[in-house]
Amino acid sequence: MAVTSALPLTDHQSVPGLSREDRTALLRFMMMMRATEERALALYRQGKVPGSFYDGHGQEAVSVGSAFPLGPRDRVCILHRDLGAHLIRGVKPGRILAQMMGRAGGITGGRDGNMHFGDKDLGCVGMVSMLPDMMLVACGMARAFQMRGEDRVAMTWFGDGSTANGQWHEAMNLAGVAKLPIVLVLENNQYAYSTPNTGEFAVDPVERAATYGFAGVKVDGNDVEAMFEASAEACERARRGDGPTLIEAVTMRMHGHGAHDDMKYVPADLVEHWKQRDPIETYSKRLASEGVDVEAIAQSVREELDAETDWALEQPMPDPATALDGVFATDDPHLGDGKAPWSYWAKAA
Amino acid sequence: MAEMTYLQAISDGLREEMRADESVFCLGEDIGAFGGAFKVTDGFIEEFGPDRVWDTPLAENAIVGTAVGAAVEGLRPVAEMQFADFVSCGFDQLVNVAAKMHYRQGLAVPMVLRLPSGGGFGGGPFHSQNPEAWFMQAPGLKVVAPATAEDAKGLIAAAIQDPNPVCFMEHKHLYRRAKGEVPEGRYATELGKVRVARAGTDLTVIAYGAMVSVALEATDDIDGASVEVIDLRSLVPLDREGILASVRKTSKVVVLHEATRSCGVGAEVSALIAEEAFEDLDGPVVRVTAPDVPIAFSPPLERAILPQTDDVKEACRELLAY
Repeated sequence: MAVTSALPLTDHQSVPGLSREDRTALLRFMMMMRATEERALALYRQGKVPGSFYDGHGQEAVSVGSAFPLGPRDRVCILHRDLGAHLIRGVKPGRILAQMMGRAGGITGGRDGNMHFGDKDLGCVGMVSMLPDMMLVACGMARAFQMRGEDRVAMTWFGDGSTANGQWHEAMNLAGVAKLPIVLVLENNQYAYSTPNTGEFAVDPVERAATYGFAGVKVDGNDVEAMFEASAEACERARRGDGPTLIEAVTMRMHGHGAHDDMKYVPADLVEHWKQRDPIETYSKRLASEGVDVEAIAQSVREELDAETDWALEQPMPDPATALDGVFATDDPHLGDGKAPWSYWAKAA
Repeated sequence: MAEMTYLQAISDGLREEMRADESVFCLGEDIGAFGGAFKVTDGFIEEFGPDRVWDTPLAENAIVGTAVGAAVEGLRPVAEMQFADFVSCGFDQLVNVAAKMHYRQGLAVPMVLRLPSGGGFGGGPFHSQNPEAWFMQAPGLKVVAPATAEDAKGLIAAAIQDPNPVCFMEHKHLYRRAKGEVPEGRYATELGKVRVARAGTDLTVIAYGAMVSVALEATDDIDGASVEVIDLRSLVPLDREGILASVRKTSKVVVLHEATRSCGVGAEVSALIAEEAFEDLDGPVVRVTAPDVPIAFSPPLERAILPQTDDVKEACRELLAY
């Protein structure tokens, strides 16, 4: 007896390309990710962000490009350097800043910090510190779609460091054996904290995909459209029932592991090399050459973020009397659907 | 009513829930065609098919983590660890992902982790453990440990219906030895309520799982003393009032469990009694437990480690004379 779905199937015969509006949106999401993280770093330096601070500076194309093809009913487990995916699903920057400051208005209401969040109402399950644990949670969601015969996709992100962990291999094997509708985005930013790729693996992890029985593709992680195309194809493969895809996005972590890390272990010329390949600058030039008013987009990002920051700073700290609440669930709230700004979904809706 | 073994009762409860709710499914190692290492899911694949009785690869974190993902996506997974001992390999997903999910994100994880636990059959250090206290230290997990066939069915149903991750400790020694009348059809036994296995007035033995029958046997006749036996049934939530009510009545308490001693259930129950019922006591709270050693393989060694009926009898006798 199969489990039946309450949801109708949709028709996915072909993946259309990006419209001009989509490409503008890609740039804006990358700009908003960087601006939000820069604002959060400023708040951290002002002492308003407890704990530490982590960002994805220089890696914006990875999360923005890969999350953009997702439909509203798809589900995600997002990593700490992938703020763009949260923004695409519809999380407001103010709630992210409030989250980092431990405010009641943050996504977890102060229960967890920094990038450890997922807005359940937007189809996100938040990460934990142990990596890559969320791969297996994403496998479970994909299994639920498969059991109910739904053409939905689970997507999750993890770093190069994660590929050394046993749970990575458990998830890769399970995804391959069960042919799960899952997209696995390996964000290879060259360093696992201070350990370079050469100390992490003897074989490029993208090659392992074939040994687990599914497709692996290596993409320029600083090219947002290349990320979109690889991800869109992987999503379609999953929706067709043809199983998982491992996408290795090659990029560079341009900041330290956290704000406390001066990354003196990274050669200066490597940083300089990647600086020339900044995903936002290169895409801005490309769109500007095609007549897009890039400065107007940057201005609208600044204005929105200023308003969002004001909102975040107005949020109260959580009431200590609530510290013990919610250890156990008394009801069973389900995940909600996320925003899906790609024109394909806008037209489909 | 029908007479069933403890094992049949677990199967029956699980089957009833799967029939009533198609979002309930099982996953684990060798649970399909083989029916599980202990045959709890024997015949399930024929009735429910391979999707809902899913033979997974041998990877405990994958089993637990996949169950978490399926649970947040609206299904109600019942995951089996082939032996409770193997949960150590899936511990990360259980204590870090499942247990903390609702507190951090307000997202329920309605899943059950079935854990065949306990010794007494020469299973050795890796097939005999009673790891329930590990889970009690991970806020967000419920922990259930039935002692009878009737409760095994009612508590597995309640665990499946609960919106939280529940560790279901099913004692292997009871699987085919514990038998009793079990109601037909669906019913759920509320989590967090003790069962008075035998009422008494002179002394209370507090136990759970396989040690309940040991407590009953040991105290059946101790020089005519009236001994109450309390079956905890659920360790999280713990029925504090149920425990304290018995203490107030008898004023003397032995806490009995098969798990090791330090920081175990007995330590928690003893501390509760010391804090809340000190004035009601007429003697020290006494623990009878396994000592802090691994469970040895060879039968004489294993017997020396696991609490025996005579150990309980002796402890009760001493406390009664106090």
